[in-house]
Formats: sequence, structure tokens, C-alpha cells
Amino acid sequence: MMTFPILSAIVALPALGAALLLLIRDEHNEGLIRKTALVVSVLVFAETVLLAWQFNPASADFQFVERHAWIPVFGISYAVGVDGISLWLVVLTGFLTPIALLSAWESIHRKTRAFCMMVLLLESAMIGVFVSIDLFLFYVFWDAMLIPMYFLIGIWGYERRIYAAVKFILYTMAGSVLMLLAILGVAYLSSTTPGGYTFDLLRLYELSVPANLQFWFFLAFALAFAIKVPLFPFHTWLPDAHVEAPTAGSVILAGVLLKMGTYGLVRFAFPLFPVAAAYFAPYLAALAVIGIVYGALVAMVQPDMKKLVAYSSVSHLGFVVLGIAAMNTQGVQGAVYQMLNHGVSTGGLFLIVGMLSDRRHTRLIAEYGGLKKVMPRLVAAFFIVTLSSIGLPGLNGFVGEFLILLGAFAWNPRFAAIAATGVVLSATYMLWMFQRVNYGPVTNDQNASLPDLRPREWLQLVPIIVMAVLMGVLPNVFLRPIAPAVERMLDLVHSEAPSQIRAELR
Amino acid sequence: MNPGGLSAIVPMACVTAAALAAMTAEAFRSRGERMPIGPLGLIGFIGAALSVALLWNRNQASFGMVVADNFGLFTTGVLVVVGVLSLAISEPTLDRERLPRGEYYALMLFATAGMMLMATASDLLLIFLALEILSLAVYVLTGLRRDSPSSAEAAFKYFLLGAFSSAFFLYGIAFTYGVTGSTRLADIGTVIAARAMSPTLLQLASVGLLLVGFAFKVSAVPFHMWTPDAYEGAPTSVTAFMSTGVKAAAFAAFARVFLAAFEPLRDEWSMLVWGIAAATMIMGTVVGVAQTSVKRMLAYSSIAHGGYLLVAIVSANDIGKSAVLFYLLTYAVTNIGAFGVVAVLEDAERPNDRITDYAGLWATHPGLAVLMTIFLLSLGGFPPFGGFIAKWYVFNAAVNAGYNWLAVIGVLTSVVSVFFYLRIVVMMYMTPSDNPARFPAVPRMAAAALIVSAILVVYLGILPTAILNLARASIATIF
Repeated sequence: MMTFPILSAIVALPALGAALLLLIRDEHNEGLIRKTALVVSVLVFAETVLLAWQFNPASADFQFVERHAWIPVFGISYAVGVDGISLWLVVLTGFLTPIALLSAWESIHRKTRAFCMMVLLLESAMIGVFVSIDLFLFYVFWDAMLIPMYFLIGIWGYERRIYAAVKFILYTMAGSVLMLLAILGVAYLSSTTPGGYTFDLLRLYELSVPANLQFWFFLAFALAFAIKVPLFPFHTWLPDAHVEAPTAGSVILAGVLLKMGTYGLVRFAFPLFPVAAAYFAPYLAALAVIGIVYGALVAMVQPDMKKLVAYSSVSHLGFVVLGIAAMNTQGVQGAVYQMLNHGVSTGGLFLIVGMLSDRRHTRLIAEYGGLKKVMPRLVAAFFIVTLSSIGLPGLNGFVGEFLILLGAFAWNPRFAAIAATGVVLSATYMLWMFQRVNYGPVTNDQNASLPDLRPREWLQLVPIIVMAVLMGVLPNVFLRPIAPAVERMLDLVHSEAPSQIRAELR
Repeated sequence: MNPGGLSAIVPMACVTAAALAAMTAEAFRSRGERMPIGPLGLIGFIGAALSVALLWNRNQASFGMVVADNFGLFTTGVLVVVGVLSLAISEPTLDRERLPRGEYYALMLFATAGMMLMATASDLLLIFLALEILSLAVYVLTGLRRDSPSSAEAAFKYFLLGAFSSAFFLYGIAFTYGVTGSTRLADIGTVIAARAMSPTLLQLASVGLLLVGFAFKVSAVPFHMWTPDAYEGAPTSVTAFMSTGVKAAAFAAFARVFLAAFEPLRDEWSMLVWGIAAATMIMGTVVGVAQTSVKRMLAYSSIAHGGYLLVAIVSANDIGKSAVLFYLLTYAVTNIGAFGVVAVLEDAERPNDRITDYAGLWATHPGLAVLMTIFLLSLGGFPPFGGFIAKWYVFNAAVNAGYNWLAVIGVLTSVVSVFFYLRIVVMMYMTPSDNPARFPAVPRMAAAALIVSAILVVYLGILPTAILNLARASIATIF
């Protein structure tokens, strides 16, 4: 009996929704367009929840796997599946997209239909990236995802949007084309195996790639992912893209897109090339730690709230990479968990910055002050999201960072020690920003009569806060499916003894 | 090979008949009468397409010089696509430039017949003859805007350099004949293979001269100088036609000569072609970045795409050989689409040729903007469009053949090329228009051709397997 292809349904539904929007005759009927898009994205979220519901958390294998031959001569297939590592990322994507669409309700009034279509197409491509278990298919989604994001930044962004959009797409492409060559190289190696040419991830996991080739392949993969994460010093596209993107774009960019880099490291770069991964892990960790401190320090001096949050992403994602580089259970589990946390809390921060800038048309911290008296509810939400972002125990951020530091300490205490300063620094810049914006007297008269949260804004922030609390209080619910998949990934990474590897590489 | 009488030349005979009909019709046209001469050509192409389908897998040969093997037939099929799409997008250019219809269509059909002959010829002399048939027709087409100095300049440059390259080509044939005693590709291959161990200087010279001749025709660096001028000066529909058709025919013959007859000498020529391929990709993209005219930019882009095709030739494995065919088809539909959009946007008063002229196109002509975006993204190699699969296939060939650095140059130049393709996208979507509604209305026929091209581009990107398998089956018979 054919089971229902739920993953394909999740990937296809947003794209079909985008096509549906084309059928709406009146391009100016914004309400109908927005509502249709929102309904579609909520349905997708429902699907992803159903997926998580039916997922067997005890199994480490890929589940709901579908395979259809695509270009059979080269063993390329449409192959999708989820395991514990990708499951929550799919749910996160489904979770954030309706929120992003809601956030555009007030702020996007130009070419609304195209905007909603781009968001939905982006969702399809992002979910496609997370569920692909064929390298070729993965690359197709990985590259295809750039196009809608490019348009989102370039058409609906702020003043320097074109520069930011072009920089975003060129940076990402430059990294990923080399990864394409590495993918071709790995697949070519597979052509001499008994099974023949393949791009299937599961079969490539079993391939033993010669150490000298692993070196190059890993570099190519790692470069693509490092740019996406972004790891210091490849991060310069991020502040531009984040600042210039419309709120919805920033939410998706920070919430989901950046995770593709770290996800790629966990899913592809490390398990496919374990020898090179062991060799490069300290270097990656060093860059990650530099990124943690550097991102935090730069965030501290930003006058622009959006830029501050953008740099905080550089810092927070440094933690994720550090956890992955540690290559032990706590580290990688924490890294996967932290990806989700960052998606929720930074998504929330961008929403709030967007709400403020919708009201005042400025994002400069100095323009605000004393908002607590004017908009107590918005500030309360702001406070919770801020605390979640800096990792207060009881909220989501704490669990991930704690696990990562635990893992990093077991691997290399020095990295853990430096990274821990990042926790302190993040408290400093976030709280300082919070204080300057919300406490004290109302210094600017324009702020005196700003409206508090509107119903639609409640709809955006409440889910975020609920998730932040849930993930902080009940981490085990989320960690249970992650654990077996992480163990499986670590088995692949540690399948070859590191000492022998170093000898081989030197 | 079956001595099939005349059957191998049926496709080009159909097109030639259509060309003759077009000329006759023009001669009997009374002044001011609008005759459907374009559809005459369409009938010829339908005949050619049918005969390609009937000849498939039959390996017919005529006169011992024209072989309708699957490789040639696939290329003929590509040329039919090129021809049909070019005819369909010609109308706006013809109207605006007041070009003589009969001549235009007849020349285009004659050129196509020459291209088809070039793709199926198995004798160096016949290849040369075909080259001249197509070149002469295309020279005239380039200069068809008689009152325009730039058109005349373009035609003159193209003619002079083309004649020059023909001389190289002819010298190459003569030397080859001197060394091997034959002009038949099969015999040349046998003779060279028999004494491949020590190629003489004369032999190397013959290979080099033919290489130069082909490099001119496929506009490979450093023999590309004529391309931007000719492409810019020619009427835009002609540019669409020649940037794809000439390339398809020349690459088919190039592959036939170098990958079959000169295959035993591959060690000698592969480094040379490697260098030309790298230089072509780099030059095409880097100079393309600096262009302000859309047509010139697309001209440099097509130079760069020639470079990717050369990568496939250098790779010289089965993937590379079929990659040539797949790439030619994808490139043809994409490039005609892109030039087609340029053609329909031209205005009688203003050429609308600057990149800045495309500002705000999305607001005034959303359909055209979306079509152009599809073509440009495909040229840049983005999934899910055909250009991505084509490039992937070429780089796959290079990686499998061990030409890793060539592949690296290829992917990096294609990132650079994305920059200039996106410049147009930026203009269309993200820059407000200072003066909207300058663009003329789009004729139905041209719109249909553009939509068909876009559908093909997406089809080749999402479901490439059928065509890929066809391309792979096409190379089995000759190499």
C-alpha cells in the first residue's frame, strides 16, 4: 500500500499555494491575497506538526522516506526523508512562515501578491533543503532558495536593498558552486563502487573517500556552509542583508536560512568526510569562537537595533558551530537545539524591531527611550524575547548554550572558556539595548503616543513566547528525537580513528 | 552505414525548398501586399522535424559525405527549434526596421539549411561548403538594415574576419589532405590512428589551423573579436538566430572533427583547447560585467557559454560528448528567449538597448519581465531551469575526466556572470521607471514563442531525463 507522501506534500504545498495566488484575478485585493497565503502557510505548519506527531523518536533512521528516480543514469533521485536533526528544522520553517506573513500585513503594501508568492516559494525551497537526502536534490533546493530571497530583499527592502540583495546572492553562490564541484567529485567516486553512480546520501555515507580528497571536498563544503552560517570572516553579507530586508525577510533569514549552513555541516560535511572533519574541527572552532566574541563586541556598539540583532546572530551561530566542531553528544545535541532556539528568539527580536520601526520609521536606538510607559505590553514581550536570546535559565536559549558549552568543555576547555565570555557579552549588549530603548523617561515626543500591541501583533508574538517557554521548560520533548539521530551522525564521524587520520594528512 | 540514397539530406532539402518558396513568393508579391512568408518557413521546418524523426536510429548516408546519424540528427533537431523560434520572434524586428520580408526569411532558411548540412557532413570539404553557405547567408542578414551604419559595420567586420577564418579552415583542410590523403573524416581518423605515435609537424599544423577556423566560428577567445560588434549591429532577431544556430552547427562539426577524426591526437590538442576554453569563459564573463548595452552583454554572455561548451569538448568522455548536445539545446532555447525579449522591447524611435532602459519593466510588462528573468536565471545556471542542468552536466564531464581546474574556473565564472545577468533583473524589478509605457505592444506570435521557450527552459530544468537520454543515445554511433 502506498503511504501518504507527507514530505512531498509539505514541500509542494507552499509552491502550489503560490500558484494559487496567481489565480486571484484582482491583483489589488490585498486582503484576499494575504489571507490565502496565510491559510496556505498555516496548513503547511499543520502538516509539519502532523509530521512531528507521527515521527518515531526512538529511531535514528530517516523516516517518511520517498524515492523516485530523477536522472537515473547518474543515480540521481528525488529522495526525501527526515531524521531527528532535520525534523524540528522543518517544523521551525512551518512555524515561522505564517508569522513572517503576518508581520508583513501592515508594512508591505506594494506588489503584495508577488511578495506572498516569494515567501511561499522560499518556504518550499527551504523545507526542500532540510528534507533532501540526495545531494543533487539538496543542491537544487539550496540554490533555488536564493532566488526568492533575493527578490524579497531587493524589492521590498529598505534603502540599500539592491546592494544587499546582490551581495547576498553572489556571496552565497560563490561558496556553493565549489560545493557543487565537490558533490560531483564525491558522486564520481561512487561510480566505481558496486552500486554504481549515485548521489544518494545514505550510500555516500558508506563511501570511503581517500584522505587527500576529503581535504578538498571538506573545504569546499565547509566554505559553502561557513558563508551561509555565517562564520567569521565570511559574515559580511549578513548585516547588509538583515538590515535591508523587510521584517518578514529578516525573520526567515535569521530564523531558517542561517540554519542551513549549520545543518549542512552536521548533515553533509562532517559525516561525509570524517577524516578531514577531524582535521579541520579545531580551525572551525577557532573561527566560531572568534565569531562569538567579535559578533558580540560589534553588536555592542551598533546604533541600529536591526544591525545589533544581526551581529548577535553571528555570535549565536558561532556557538552552534562550536558545538558541532566538538563532535560529542552534548555538543552536537546542543548545536541542533540551539539552531531552533536561535530561530525562535532571533525571529522574535526581528519582529519586535520591525514593529517599532513600522511605528516610528527608524531603527536607531537613540531615537527611542522610555517605551515601557508608552507600550507596556510590547515591552513585556520584548523583555521575554530578549531574555530568551541571552539564555536565561527557564527559557529556550539556556538549554542550547549550556549543552554546547558542556560539549565544548569536554573536547577543548580553552574554546569553551572563551566562548563562555560570549554568554556574558550577549547579556551585556542585549540588556543594554533593551534598557536604552525601554527604560528612562520618554525623551522623544514622537514616542509619547505610540500604540501598544495590535491584535495581529499579538498573533505574531504569542507563539514565539510560548515556544520560548516550552523549549526552555520541556527540552526533553524536543531533544528525544534529536538524540538518536545525533548518535548516528557521531558514529559516522568517528568511524575512522582520528590518530591515524592525522598521520595520513601530514 | 547504409547507403541510403538521398534520404540523409531530406531535412535540409525541406528547409531549402521552403527557402526557394519564400524567394519565389517575394518575387510575385505585389507592392504593399502582406504575404505570410514566415509560415512557409514553418512548413519547411515541420518537414525537417518529421524527417528527423523518421531517420532516427537509421544511420542513413548520402553521397558518402552526409550522414544522418543520431548525433547529426539531434543537432538538426536543435536547429529546427532554433529556426522555428527565430521565425516566430522575427515579426516585430521586421516591422520596425522595415526589412524586406522575402529576403529575410529566405536567407534565414538558407542559413539553416547550411547549418544542418554542417552538422551532418562527414567530409571536411563538405563541412567547409556548409560553413560558407551558412556564413554568406548570415553575413547578409547581419547587414540587412541597409540604412544603418552600425549594421553595415557589423556585417563588414563579420565578413572580413569570417573570410579570414575560412582561409585558415581551408588551409587546415589542405594540410590534412596532404598528411592523410583524404578529406573524409572516417579515413582521416583511420590514417591518423595508424601512425598516432609520432605526429608530424604538418599534421599538428593541420590540427591547429582547423582549430583556429572552428574557434572563429564558435567565437572562442582570442578569435571572438567580431562577436560583440556583429551581435550588436545585426537586427536583434538575427542576433538571436545566429548566436544559437551558428554555434550549434559549428560545435557539432567541431565535435565531429576533433572528437572522432582527430581523437588519436587528443594529447596534442587538448591542452590547447583547455586554454581556449578557460580564456573564453573568463574573458566572456569579465568583459560582460562592464557592458551597458543589453545586446553586447548577451553577446559576451554567449561567448562565455561557448567556453562552457569547449569544456565539454575538452573532457572528451561520453558525458562530455552528450553534454555538448544537451547544452546546445538548452542554450538555444534560453538565448533565443533572452534575445527575443530584447527584440520585442525595441522601439522604432529608441532602441531601448541600454540596461537602464529596462527600469520598471515589471510594472509595465510583468509578463515579459518574468520571462526575461527565467531566461537570465537559466543563463546564469540557477535551478530549477535548464541552464543549471546543462552546466551541471558539463562540469560533471570535466570532473569525471579529471579537469578539475577547468571546472573550478567554470563555476567561478558562472558566479561572475550571475552578477551581470542580475543587473538586468535589478533594473526590471527594483528600479522605478522614469518614463513608463515606452515599450511597444508585443505581437502574439512572438509572445507565444517566448512562452514556449520559457516552458522548454523549465522543462529541461525539471525533467531533463528524456532529453539527456536522447543526447546520450545520439553519441553512440559516431564516437
